[in-house]
Amino acid sequence: MKIALVGQPNCGKSTIFNHIASYKAVTSNFPGTTVSFTESKVSIYGDLCICVDLPGTYSLVSRDLAEITARNYLISEEVDAIVNVVDASILERGLELTIQLLELKKPLILCLNMIDEARRKGIFIDKEKLSEILGIPVVETVAVKGEGMNELFREIRRTYKEKLVGKVPQYGPTIEKAIKQLTEEIKLNGIREPYVSKRFLALRILEEDPYFLKKFPVDGLIKLKEKISETIKKESGQRPPLAISSERHAMSLNIFEDVAEVKTPKPDFRDRLDDVLMHPIWGYVFLLLIMYGFFQIVFKFGGYLEGPLIDVFNNLINQLKSSYGSQTLLTKLVEGVIQGFSGGIAIVLPYLVPFLLGLSLLEDLGYLPRIAYLTDAFMHKIGLHGKSVIPFILGYGCNVPAVMATRILETKRERIISATLSVLVPCSARSTIIFGLIAFYVGPTAALGIYVLNIFVIAVAGRIMSKLMPEEAPGLMLEVPAYRLPSLKVLLLKTWFRLREFIYVAWPILIVGSMVLSLIEYAHWDILINNLLYPLTYVLSLPKQVGVTLIFGILRKELSLIMLMQALGTPHLNQVLTHLQMMTFTIFVVFYIPCAATIGVLWKEIGRKWTLFSIGFTTGLALVLALLVKYIWILAASL
Amino acid sequence: MTLSLDAVQPGKVGRVKDITGGMGVRLRLEQMGIHPGDVIHVKRKGVLRGPILIEMNGVEVALGRGIASRILVEV
Ligand SMILES: Nc1nc2c(ncn2[C@@H]2O[C@H](COP(=O)(O)OP(=O)(O)O)[C@@H](O)[C@H]2O)c(=O)[nH]1
Repeated sequence: MKIALVGQPNCGKSTIFNHIASYKAVTSNFPGTTVSFTESKVSIYGDLCICVDLPGTYSLVSRDLAEITARNYLISEEVDAIVNVVDASILERGLELTIQLLELKKPLILCLNMIDEARRKGIFIDKEKLSEILGIPVVETVAVKGEGMNELFREIRRTYKEKLVGKVPQYGPTIEKAIKQLTEEIKLNGIREPYVSKRFLALRILEEDPYFLKKFPVDGLIKLKEKISETIKKESGQRPPLAISSERHAMSLNIFEDVAEVKTPKPDFRDRLDDVLMHPIWGYVFLLLIMYGFFQIVFKFGGYLEGPLIDVFNNLINQLKSSYGSQTLLTKLVEGVIQGFSGGIAIVLPYLVPFLLGLSLLEDLGYLPRIAYLTDAFMHKIGLHGKSVIPFILGYGCNVPAVMATRILETKRERIISATLSVLVPCSARSTIIFGLIAFYVGPTAALGIYVLNIFVIAVAGRIMSKLMPEEAPGLMLEVPAYRLPSLKVLLLKTWFRLREFIYVAWPILIVGSMVLSLIEYAHWDILINNLLYPLTYVLSLPKQVGVTLIFGILRKELSLIMLMQALGTPHLNQVLTHLQMMTFTIFVVFYIPCAATIGVLWKEIGRKWTLFSIGFTTGLALVLALLVKYIWILAASL
Repeated sequence: MTLSLDAVQPGKVGRVKDITGGMGVRLRLEQMGIHPGDVIHVKRKGVLRGPILIEMNGVEVALGRGIASRILVEV
């Protein structure tokens, strides 16, 4: 029994999903490698159901990756019931998707969410009438307050038990005739899709859906489609995709006018909010203040927990060493495992949890699209759009969720560029080096300089990459939803779903990395590594012993500073390193290869080729920058 | 008077006359709720040729200037 949740972006779908997922949840599935959406197993009135939250989609005819995933899931899997979530306050637009879903002829239920918003706007919907017109159950909900959820569960059950597939919408005579002709041709050629009707296929072919045109390159079919297209174009003045889209729009409007009564809206203070938050000057002032506050809280909170937590684990390791000896292989391996765990619990989670929570809050309040609006002009300068700013912000917390967040971008090009660039953003682990080494010994101005240099380099790299990969996306097209108050429960669940990805993808890599490091220490390979890396440390004028810390830095960046102290044999780094050496070391470590966990998610998100490119690119970049800084410093000192 | 959307001043209202350019963009705009014949309210414009924020049928959408220049409106 499979239930799929489908809806346009911002309709409140994930809030509904979280209600379903927390309703008698049996087990929760983990985001695997093949699915990029969340699944949850629940029991609805005794029936075991797998509930799938598909990415928000405006339409079933689409070219955008997330939307194609959603559509293909609907047509390729045995979905037993579809829950179509609609923002009732913009019902007329939502119905266009509903009409397409009815064409699938699968048990369907319409969930009119945000009823409170609709009423505020003065829109009152006759749901009995709507249900009669569409032939499917209609439920009203206010997901954020949990209203209507029980009825939704009841109606979901009824929908699949009684196989309520609704009434297939009828287009005008011209389109209907075309559908009929194409359906005949499809039958004639023996073309089939296991889970969808011929009518659905005919419509997709007529709408020139790239996926289906490619899947069925049948000469007769294509020729017939071209012929029909010409006729339709002559009759309606538009090519079929647009003609059908207009008809669907007209159908939705008709239905809307039949079932909705529109009265004068109540005044809404939120209209005033954007006068400030999207203001050409104040908008940026508040953006900076909000971001500053956000990072302050994250780093304060994280810093507060990090120390005590690390102590706990260090005590554990010391105990282990004193009871079993510090040099046995077993102790070393166990130490590695404990350090891997503690790295996650004490170093990453204290920052990541408040970070993800704060981000979910900004997202659900509806502030993220405003950030995209404000930064679009700047992102354009590096060949991206406003939406790409979100992975970059995330990157300051941890590169792993940053890379994952590139999924929200439409084109492959934007995803690749944003992912490659966002791993250059100094994550909290690298920030500890900038603070602990540069701000502490060289001075705060130098530390600030590194952050500025970093932003500058990212901008230049972005410009170059976007020149090399010419643009395929036409520009920003982003819905800016009304501000909304999220519910705490949903925020926590959302944070958890995101955290889960870190825990299952990145953490194991962290632990294995730690074990490898312990092995290296145990086998005394550090000398070998230092020799191998000697050419690198030599050109950077760094002490030879630093070599091994660079390898450590790939596996676990947050340990770089501690490892540096260990390798050089003193916590007083200013006695063994000059300021210049500190600078070259830090610059190199900030820019070179992302950590193993980040490489893992890069691989998953943008593939092998681009991951390898990213590794090579960042290493080359780090080397060039470190050398540049070195020579400029020497030059400046000699003047 | 017919203008492209990026030339319309903030605060003004216009009716969409036509959307020029590729079918992909047109379909996308229609899916987001912008159709020929719709009344569009230009709410604000971003600095440095930033995006344009418009509102129609209760939906607010931010459009880059490139796209906005393809939407012809009657004001
Ligand atoms: N007023 C109101 N807000 C809602 C309702 N359902 C969801 N929201 C809020 O709308 C925002 C977006 O919801 P979300 O579930 O993330 O939408 P999605 O993009 O469709 O997944 C969140 O702040 C929710 O708390 C509702 O019925 N009424």
